[in-house]
Amino acid sequence: MLEVFQNVFTPSNVEFLAKGMALTLVLSVSVVLISILFGTILALLRTYEKRVLGKLAGFYIEMFRNTPLLLWILVCCFMIPYGTIVIRGGLALTLYTSAVIAEIVRGGLNSVAEGQFEAAKSQGFTLIQTLILIVLPQCFKSIIPSLLSQVITTVKDTSFLQVVAIPEYTRSGFVVMGRYTTTPEVFMIFAVLAVGYFVICFSLSCVVRGYQKRTEIVR
Amino acid sequence: MKSSNPFALWRWEKMFGEWQMFGEGFLRTIEVAALALILALVLGIIFGVISTSNNKVMRGIARVYVEFFQNTPLVIQVFFMYNGLAIAGIRLSVFMIGVLGVGIYHGAYVSEVVKTGITSIPVGQVEAAKSQGFTYVQYMRYIILPQTIKIILPPLTNQAVNLIKNTSVLAMISGFDLMYMADSWASSSLDYGPSYVFAGFLYFMLCFPLATWARKYEERLKRKDTARIPFDPSEEAVTC
Repeated sequence: MLEVFQNVFTPSNVEFLAKGMALTLVLSVSVVLISILFGTILALLRTYEKRVLGKLAGFYIEMFRNTPLLLWILVCCFMIPYGTIVIRGGLALTLYTSAVIAEIVRGGLNSVAEGQFEAAKSQGFTLIQTLILIVLPQCFKSIIPSLLSQVITTVKDTSFLQVVAIPEYTRSGFVVMGRYTTTPEVFMIFAVLAVGYFVICFSLSCVVRGYQKRTEIVR
Repeated sequence: MKSSNPFALWRWEKMFGEWQMFGEGFLRTIEVAALALILALVLGIIFGVISTSNNKVMRGIARVYVEFFQNTPLVIQVFFMYNGLAIAGIRLSVFMIGVLGVGIYHGAYVSEVVKTGITSIPVGQVEAAKSQGFTYVQYMRYIILPQTIKIILPPLTNQAVNLIKNTSVLAMISGFDLMYMADSWASSSLDYGPSYVFAGFLYFMLCFPLATWARKYEERLKRKDTARIPFDPSEEAVTC
């Protein structure tokens, strides 16, 4: 057992895996941040703009929500001639995640009472001011748990990027694995991979549960 | 001289000449998705019910199952079955890996949905059933689960949509599903455009009706029962 451990956890392997983990984290954070921005715009359009732009937002959301992420990764990586592979893969993930987040934000927007708009209007707020100062803060407060769950999903989704050889955590693990042939060593590397994702995702899901408990008591 | 546009007409003609390939992949995707869905429902109901029981050990087992499978990527689970188990001497067909991998993974999500459904039924129902001499299995079967179904149907359908999309993970282990067929056609003929568009269209045809039905049903349910089932958007964890 100890020998297996020493065989697998060589300094170069550890460094290689750490680099993969770093890329996974950087990708996840940037994808989530851009997707929240883009997704919010989509949701606002779909909810409050019933003409061309709203329809387009609806079309975008339905298109990305009803097709697999893997398809978009392949499309972006093989059909876009610009950028590095990491940027193209990140783009695919962002396009896909934006659609999911748009639907979450839409649920939050629907939970904001109609009266809020009337009240804001009566106080002379313009539509943009009402949305940014009054509606969105309430909306985001109610969707924080769903958004965090989506962050967990996005962290896991980055593992799909291994298919186009982006050296994130899963890919790094598989590359390291290629050098080993015995069952205990291979299993050890699978365990390292699983534990790596588990630590991140489980801590996030604990935050979600803690938040839900706290708000339940307040309610 | 043929047009070099990635979406040129001749590329489409060439692809539809090979439509059987896509048809086969499409069927394979449907088969895997249907069997995986059944497995996910069975596992989800068992573990969902267990996780609301009073027995600490049972609850612990359900917790471990759900947390492990929800917090590690499907890609790693599937590759473990494909490479890891193969090295250990257990060889599963890619079809089996698809059904087991996707089924067990989504079973964890279904379990959470079922659990939320059960806990949303007022405790009084259980007490009333117990007072009438119902056993645990009886009141779950006749009182609690039938009421739960209505509430959990929309999130369950969303899970089914995610499950269908996730069967595409099979493409990574040459599982001959739709994604794999589309990708291999794309890379052998270099007609990426039509191939991916057609595959996307087929996935869309599977998922969109389900997703739309779930949304409509949920909206109707909310309108009808706003007084009875207080709906909280924060509980609608739309993860996959």
